[in-house]
Amino acid sequence: MLSAAPRGLRLALGLTSAAVAATLVAGCSSSGTTSAAPAASGPVHLTYWAWAPGLDQVAAIWNKSHPTIQVTVEKQASGDDLLTKVITASKAGSAPDLVQAEYQALPTLVSNSVLADISAQDGSASSKFAPGIWQQVTLGTNAVYAIPQDSGPLMFYYRTDLFTKYGLTVPTTWDQFKADAEKLRGEDSSKYLTTFSANDAGLFAGLAQQAGAQWWTTTGSSWKVSLDDAATQKVASFWGGLVKEGAIDNQPMYTPAWSKALDDGTQLAWVSAVWAPGVLSSSAPSGKGKWAMAPLPQWTAGQNVTGSWGGSSTAVTADSKNKAAAAQFALWLNTDPQAVAALVKDSYVYPAATDAQTGGALATAPDYFGNQPDFYTQAAKIAATTEPAAWGPNVNTAYSAFKDAFGKAAQNRSDFLAALSSVQQTTLADMKTQGFTVSG
Amino acid sequence: MAARRVRSAPYLFIAPAVIAFTLLLAVPIGYAVYLSFREVHITGLGLGPGARSERWAGLANYTSALGDHELLAGAGRVLVYGGLLVPVMLGLALLFALLLDADRTRLRAFSRIAIFLPYAIPGVVATLLWGFLYLPTTSPGYYVLHQLGMSGPQLLQGNGMYVALANIAIWGGTGFNMIVIYTSLRSIPAELYEAARLDGASELQIALRIKIPMVLPSLVLTFFFSLIATLQVFAEPMNLKPLTNGISSTWSPLMKVYRDAFTRGDIYSASATSVVIAFVTLAVSFGFLKLAGRRAYGEDNS
Repeated sequence: MLSAAPRGLRLALGLTSAAVAATLVAGCSSSGTTSAAPAASGPVHLTYWAWAPGLDQVAAIWNKSHPTIQVTVEKQASGDDLLTKVITASKAGSAPDLVQAEYQALPTLVSNSVLADISAQDGSASSKFAPGIWQQVTLGTNAVYAIPQDSGPLMFYYRTDLFTKYGLTVPTTWDQFKADAEKLRGEDSSKYLTTFSANDAGLFAGLAQQAGAQWWTTTGSSWKVSLDDAATQKVASFWGGLVKEGAIDNQPMYTPAWSKALDDGTQLAWVSAVWAPGVLSSSAPSGKGKWAMAPLPQWTAGQNVTGSWGGSSTAVTADSKNKAAAAQFALWLNTDPQAVAALVKDSYVYPAATDAQTGGALATAPDYFGNQPDFYTQAAKIAATTEPAAWGPNVNTAYSAFKDAFGKAAQNRSDFLAALSSVQQTTLADMKTQGFTVSG
Repeated sequence: MAARRVRSAPYLFIAPAVIAFTLLLAVPIGYAVYLSFREVHITGLGLGPGARSERWAGLANYTSALGDHELLAGAGRVLVYGGLLVPVMLGLALLFALLLDADRTRLRAFSRIAIFLPYAIPGVVATLLWGFLYLPTTSPGYYVLHQLGMSGPQLLQGNGMYVALANIAIWGGTGFNMIVIYTSLRSIPAELYEAARLDGASELQIALRIKIPMVLPSLVLTFFFSLIATLQVFAEPMNLKPLTNGISSTWSPLMKVYRDAFTRGDIYSASATSVVIAFVTLAVSFGFLKLAGRRAYGEDNS
């Protein structure tokens, strides 16, 4: 249901979001009319649909210093809900001026003509972000469809005390990861190194990205879908092998049982993103100070790459009557030092802007990782090694097919490659049905 | 003048109902039917403005809905679920109603409320509560079994899933059905019981020979409601899904409609599937009513 993105935040703030969701339905119908044409007198009013917490406080800073452009944040439930809602609003010609959009949703939004190309207004923004991030907002074209806001580089989280107890080494390669998983099972059959969760395709996408997968690519006016490319097959058979031999658990993440396993040390490690401290502190409160973070294990020793799990951007809609003003705000929000500092502090995001990844609010480690004072210095180094992602116009279909096929395969401890091939077939068939020129 | 007023009055009275029906039911249904004959068409990469257009699809959405084996498999799963749920729920409801109606029963008001109470708990909340209880590591039930040296059944995988889902609906629905049956039990004239007792009938015989036949129309009604609710099962599997690998996004037909419309963004095929489901539900419901009407309401219909 919820896919990717600052999951920890969403979980933690899920209740708040649910509470405001009802009000939003009402807000939906009226918001489109607020962006009046820029009049000579009076300020320009912009509406901004977003789910990250505290964005209204960041917008308040802008509103104070920019009396001629006033931004109103309208809080949304989550990325998936917002995607459907904004496409519907756009069809009715009443989309807001600005929307928060997950990277993998951008091609879907562009394909539905929801977003405006702001390449004329983006200035020198591209230099402020890692190339792997920037490429996701251009879709590899000359257009710029959004300004990156946050990112979720993948890392390896583990229990230091239990790793020492069972004599495990922090894995730097996936082979070592496998050896650790097997060794642990031999030491204590009630423990697992981790679980393979089929209920969030975002993590699998990040792992495939690390291995060099390019799921959607274009040549001329034709798409190529290759969710079962060699890199992804490598990742799928690795995890499938671990599940099949019982070296890791096969139950989904984000269940009460999963939280308990993290909290009481039944599971010793978690492959997750930079936002993991938020999830760990709420799911595994008693592990505070016992967890540590390391770079993601690599496929080849000495390599240094990672994938990303989640992350979102700020986009200007094609419906906006004040695109220049909206683009100006989006740029300020995600690159201005004061704005980004407020984003980190009030919205708990890990900023995509390279300069902001160290210093300021990120100068000290998260409370939960008090034992690792250089947490964010390391994180910034890892973030710089993020491989580019290749998203297409039906990521949601692929993610839903992933959950079904891999859920079944994980449950039965059966062939992950067969599951991967079914995801590829479903995704390809969906694009063909929609009329895309596509090859597999 | 007087004659005219008399003639327009009925229309005035039914106007609110007709307007509400038209605006809130007929128009949306009509729109869904219209959408079910449309499809989106994309040219090239589908990234530029105007690359996506809507056009007539003819019966394409219907042929793909009817030929979709996931929809059929979902219908099959719902049948198994309903086969488990409806007899157990209605059987329990009837049993509880008869027990409450028996003369010797004490604490009648308390029992009635206690059995009815789960119905007042929203399905989503009930599912989350039960989901917690089904997870072996967090469930107090499994803890107790474990302490006794036993292991509980795996309810969140394989065929256990049907039991897990049916149990939530039984827990929530028995009370409501019991009240319906109980109410009609209370309206049976007392003379019938007196006559039966004079003839030497035992309490059990009274229940079997008089009470159950007399409340047959209520049983038909509750069966009818349960049948429709079963065909439309959505909230329970949808909310149990995040806890397990065992429920796919197309577990029930309505979940498939939801996935098509809101995950795949294809409201056209979702509309076609909805129309198919609506027709099947109507056919099954009225088929049942017609069948049951002959038996339950006796002579006047046959």
